[in-house]
Amino acid sequence: MTETTQERIDFKVIDDILKSFEYKKSYLIAMLQKVQEVYRYLPEEAMTYIGEHIDGLSPATVYGVATFYAQFSLEPKGKYEIRVCDGTACHVRGSMPVLNAIKNKLKLKEGQKTCDNGLFSLEIVSCLGACGLAPVCMINDKVYPQMTSDAISVILDTLMKEEGIA
Amino acid sequence: MTDEKKTLIIEGKEVEFSNEPNLLEVIRKAGMNVPTLCYRPDLTSFGACRMCVVEVEYPNGRKMINSSCTMPPEAGIKVHLNTDKVRKIRKMVLELLLANHDRECTTCDKSGSCELQRYAEEYGIKHVKQYAQREVMTKIDDSSCALIRDNNKCILCGACVRACDEHQGLQVLGFANRGSKTVVEPMAGRPLGSSECINCGQCAAVCPTGALTINSTQVDEVWKAITNPEKKVVAQFAPSVRVAIGEMFGLKPGENSTKKINAALRRIGFDLVFDTNFSADLTIMEEAHEFIDRLQNGGKLPLFTSCCPGWVRFLETQHPDMLDHLSSCKSPQGMLGAIIREYVPQSHEGFTSENLVSVSIMPCTAKKYEAKREQFKMADGRQEIDYVLTTQELGRMIKEAGIDFKTLEGEEPDSPFGKYTGAGTIFGVSGGVAEAAARTAYEVVTGETLQNVVIDDMRGTKRVKTVELDLKGTKIKVKIVNTLREAEKCMREIKEGKADYQLLEVMACPGGCINGGGQPQSCNDSNIKELRAEGLYTDDATGEWRKSHENPEIKELYANHLEKPNSHKAHELLHTTYVNKRTNCYISVGENK
Repeated sequence: MTETTQERIDFKVIDDILKSFEYKKSYLIAMLQKVQEVYRYLPEEAMTYIGEHIDGLSPATVYGVATFYAQFSLEPKGKYEIRVCDGTACHVRGSMPVLNAIKNKLKLKEGQKTCDNGLFSLEIVSCLGACGLAPVCMINDKVYPQMTSDAISVILDTLMKEEGIA
Repeated sequence: MTDEKKTLIIEGKEVEFSNEPNLLEVIRKAGMNVPTLCYRPDLTSFGACRMCVVEVEYPNGRKMINSSCTMPPEAGIKVHLNTDKVRKIRKMVLELLLANHDRECTTCDKSGSCELQRYAEEYGIKHVKQYAQREVMTKIDDSSCALIRDNNKCILCGACVRACDEHQGLQVLGFANRGSKTVVEPMAGRPLGSSECINCGQCAAVCPTGALTINSTQVDEVWKAITNPEKKVVAQFAPSVRVAIGEMFGLKPGENSTKKINAALRRIGFDLVFDTNFSADLTIMEEAHEFIDRLQNGGKLPLFTSCCPGWVRFLETQHPDMLDHLSSCKSPQGMLGAIIREYVPQSHEGFTSENLVSVSIMPCTAKKYEAKREQFKMADGRQEIDYVLTTQELGRMIKEAGIDFKTLEGEEPDSPFGKYTGAGTIFGVSGGVAEAAARTAYEVVTGETLQNVVIDDMRGTKRVKTVELDLKGTKIKVKIVNTLREAEKCMREIKEGKADYQLLEVMACPGGCINGGGQPQSCNDSNIKELRAEGLYTDDATGEWRKSHENPEIKELYANHLEKPNSHKAHELLHTTYVNKRTNCYISVGENK
């Protein structure tokens, strides 16, 4: 392990999360969610720490769970996590133009999930459970109903302004 | 209640069953068979491969297809093993597996002993191209000196994942990703060589295909050394090799081939053939005295045996705080390696430290790693032991040399490191090291001759054994475990202060070295390791000497060179040190404060 990763990951933080779940194997997913909340992704060292300190788990098994579920990311996500719903309802109501508008706005290349400045990350999800509001987007915990490419551009502009970038 | 006999009907024949864990076991006990890829009797049922499907007919006439390895036997059912439907399913399973498989069979390490290849032939699989083929080949992982991982040959049967977890409790290998992207790999796809793997090879021992195989790259180098007229090549082979190698040539498991191996090694071209059993005796001399010393002078107890390189690496990576319990003795391989280097150039003409090539034949893949230890390096930078081959690799060399092993006339080993006692030979079975040590310790402590040398409670391949011994007033308790899953429990006992034993023997492989990762594959029959153990016990019972200190060559070695056990010279040659190999993120917050 390099020195930089050691500086970045504070194992005390991870350990506190494990403690809050009593170091129980059955809470693994909840623990990973908490860790992801802190770091906006699952750092390898964190997964190793969890695997090593919980009975019945190993780094490889934790990694297995982390790679099984789409909700977990092994790369850092942006400060604003954008989720575009592409369920059937959203798709037919035009989620693709919304998605393309976001990609253009954030200048995301093909396959790139997080924009270069690390502020925004983009993810397509299967259904957000709000089909009546289709097409739906979420930015972090906030739901944006009946999106259009124009509407999402305005929203992103506002966020960018708040962050001090034009 | 559980032992009550119930019956079901297999292929029209009434079959009794009682407490078999699954229908497959009932079928096999009845002398019939179904094909399996993922099923291993010593591991939990997984139901991944679907090759063992059978058609089950219930008394009410309902029929269904079920995998026999996961189905509990039920009274009154009729089981059909070979219906059209069943055959069709098995064929399709094979076709799909093969479509996603790197079918470079002829150059595969597993060719000839691959279970997938065998079933493909038995089921006459001809058409695979109708399915999407494997397109992107993943890189072969040869980072480990013990094992090679080729995911292009993996059928995701999970046997390795289960072995690593259920035997060793390590879970170095796990499933990663999902669906068609699923792979078996160590944490974060890291190479095995830089993982926490202890090189035991139990994953390769249960792999039905060529996805996990022994790293055999040294075979060519050994051939090169043998054919090089300037090199003098010396061999040693471990206890367990002699009762397993015959299986590769049609001999029964457990049949003792010591003399045949001596002869075969000479036929291949080795200049001297020694026996690791000799240095097992030497290990006992050193370890028994070390134990007595710790016992009488308040040293760190329980003393851990140090013969098993998988176990040693486990301690170094997982429990470095326990390293002072570990015996400072090198393993028998390490001891003989040092002794050969030191004394063969003195006793044999033509041998010099420069031209001598030391090769050991081991039942174990972790021994390859052990031989590369920093502590076994000589002043000139070379290792004391140059090459380590497994039983499997030696078997292949014998075949390559065109030797008819089955009819080969036996020969005696070379002196002065070829004679061994029964105590040395039982090193290959779990409990053997402790039993051998007890025989010598008894006589050293009491000064009397031990009449009944066999300690039954220490014998057998059971995972945990605890034995109390009375050395004429000195009471000692010995715990014997095999598999690191059990060893881990002992570590906890000791840390919690609950351990009441003074000696702990650990072997990482289930049953001991007889079932090591380098032995001929035997994972479909749990009985084979019992037969191999029996073979070593017979060797012990029929040998000339049964206590390590009675070995005439051992006496000679001490008289001429080493003076006495644990002497300064003995320490220099036969003892070693251990290193904390724990990486940073393994250390608990709050630990070491």
